[in-house]
Amino acid sequence: MNTLSLIQAVNQALSEEMDRNPEIVLLGEDIGVDGGVFRATDGLIQKFGESRVVDTPLSESGIVGTAIGMAAYGLRPVAEIQFMGFLYGAMEQLVSHAARLRSRTRGRYTCPLVVRAPYGGGIHAPELHSESTEAFFVHTPGLKVVVPSTPAEAKGLLISSIRDPDPVIFLEPSRIYRAIKEEVSEGEYLIPLGQARVVAEGDDVTLITWGAMLHPTLKAAGLMAEKGIHAEIIDLRTLSPLDSETLICSVEKTGRAVIVHEAARTCGLGAEIAAQLCEKALLSLEAPVLRVTGYDTPVPLPKTEAWYYPDCARIIEAIETVVRF
Amino acid sequence: MPKKILEHFSVEHVQLLNEAGGIDPSDRFAISQFSEKRFKDFYESMALIRAIDEKALNLQRTGRIGTYASIYGQEAIQVGCAAALEVSDWFFPAFREAGLSVLRGMPIKNIYQYWAGDERGNVASDHQHDFPVSIPVGTHIPHAVGAAWAAKYKKDPIAVLTAFGDGATSKGDFHEGLNFAGVFKLPVVFVCQNNQWAISVPLSRQTATATLAQKAIAYGFEGIQVDGNDVLGVYFTVKAALEKARRGEGPTLIECLTYRLSDHTTADDAGRYRSKEEVAHWLKKDPLTRLKTYIETHCAWTETDETLLKERVNQQVAEAVEAYELEVPLDPLGMFDTLFETLSPELLRQRETLVNRLKEEKDGEAQ
Repeated sequence: MNTLSLIQAVNQALSEEMDRNPEIVLLGEDIGVDGGVFRATDGLIQKFGESRVVDTPLSESGIVGTAIGMAAYGLRPVAEIQFMGFLYGAMEQLVSHAARLRSRTRGRYTCPLVVRAPYGGGIHAPELHSESTEAFFVHTPGLKVVVPSTPAEAKGLLISSIRDPDPVIFLEPSRIYRAIKEEVSEGEYLIPLGQARVVAEGDDVTLITWGAMLHPTLKAAGLMAEKGIHAEIIDLRTLSPLDSETLICSVEKTGRAVIVHEAARTCGLGAEIAAQLCEKALLSLEAPVLRVTGYDTPVPLPKTEAWYYPDCARIIEAIETVVRF
Repeated sequence: MPKKILEHFSVEHVQLLNEAGGIDPSDRFAISQFSEKRFKDFYESMALIRAIDEKALNLQRTGRIGTYASIYGQEAIQVGCAAALEVSDWFFPAFREAGLSVLRGMPIKNIYQYWAGDERGNVASDHQHDFPVSIPVGTHIPHAVGAAWAAKYKKDPIAVLTAFGDGATSKGDFHEGLNFAGVFKLPVVFVCQNNQWAISVPLSRQTATATLAQKAIAYGFEGIQVDGNDVLGVYFTVKAALEKARRGEGPTLIECLTYRLSDHTTADDAGRYRSKEEVAHWLKKDPLTRLKTYIETHCAWTETDETLLKERVNQQVAEAVEAYELEVPLDPLGMFDTLFETLSPELLRQRETLVNRLKEEKDGEAQ
């Protein structure tokens, strides 16, 4: 066991998987000599050489497009896009090609590709460096979307994503790259995709969240516990496919649900979760399903961004509303 | 202000078989290794893919397939490329390469099947290393580059060829793909079928450059223009580029100058935007006529040979149409079954909904 930050866990997962499988190739901007703008790939070019850790031209569609060709040919490319806000340049490659390759060739070609990108705000970064538009990808049939919330989760989920036979968008919460450290198992450590994690058990309300938002949610739940309200906290881990069973099972017990995400509200993943709870757990619900989300505005620049994200106060307000309903 | 010249460039144009169906005596050395049979095989391939194309248009008009993108007039490029490629090479088409795909081993039936709306038409033969058509323009170019990159990484002695139209050269993915290929010196050959029209938009609206071939210069590798209606010029140029790629000497852009004699697709009416005179001018440059003249003059090709050839290709096409029409109907559940290696519980539930819906339909028919 080592105590690692989330970024160190990502680095360890990449390094260990590359040791195991020579078909894994990393490509992206500044990932080689510089070790990535967040240092996720620090030291990997020294260890694996520049044919496996490739500094590419500044070319998002080129990175993802060539990675699709590599994956179809038989490699296991792991592409880094520097920030989620720059992933849009590769949108056509992901939506029109990566997501469809297996089905449109009836399985003749597959696309075992991982695209890693830091996502989310709270790091005082310039414009378009704080995006949380995971719903675009969750809405795209043929893609998997994975978001870790802690260092150990990052390692286990990234290894599973690399070994997955289908394309995975792996979104790393940049806000907590270094904010928390925890013990991370050395060596082969896998967390299966498609399974949510019950972080804390409780009977009064189900709090559903993912990524960086787990942490203000935990804080809010701690404060509510002092008032005798015991929340069950679920970290989705995999946004697509969504582990609806775990959510429904929990809501059948608690009768109340609050969804917390930093993405904009309208058609965010919270809307899908709320719809599924209404479809499948209506008779268990004691209150409307509430969402605590970013606003339907572009993420503001750093001077006011803090007001955009769900915070402890907004989460508590929602919990109190559903509990009192 | 004093200036000095940093770069000079020139663009070469290749033509071996001229519009009159002749080869300049000074160029005849290029074909010294070519048997009469080789010329006739090239001609037969061109005749076959033209017959496949004519049948596709006919099937569309009679409602038996959907919208189809014709290859009429572009047969020389497709035969030249197919002949130059090795079986072990990889090929990434756009959507106007049906002939090239068939010559690579795609069953003719698959062409009709795909354009009729059946994904099974996308499935290449087992020995083929070919991608399915790319409907978004030019976005497959980076895939070819990535495959070439993977081949280089694995030290596989193969080359990759990708084909696209003149419109694709205006897309970002053309730039991103060619740029990667140049930077990493990858074994890939870019074949631009410059048919001078992207639906209704002429070449002059795609580029301000005199040729498309010269765009390669900005990516640091060779670009060359070839008469795209000259199957021999295309063959030798593409072959040399593929061999160069396999030797590890990097990519090549080959602009094949041709003309789309058909509408863009069966859903288009080219009469709205281009003159009959222009089409008539290019009809005179028909790639088949040109090679036929050559083999009549130099390979003792007779009317009987021509009749027998027509019978052979028509027979192949008729068999393909029959195979297409006898194909078992596409199972609607196929939309789920190859989406992922393993379906999620939610997808399994949605699949079950369709299973039940299909069962209801079947029961209804039985009653």
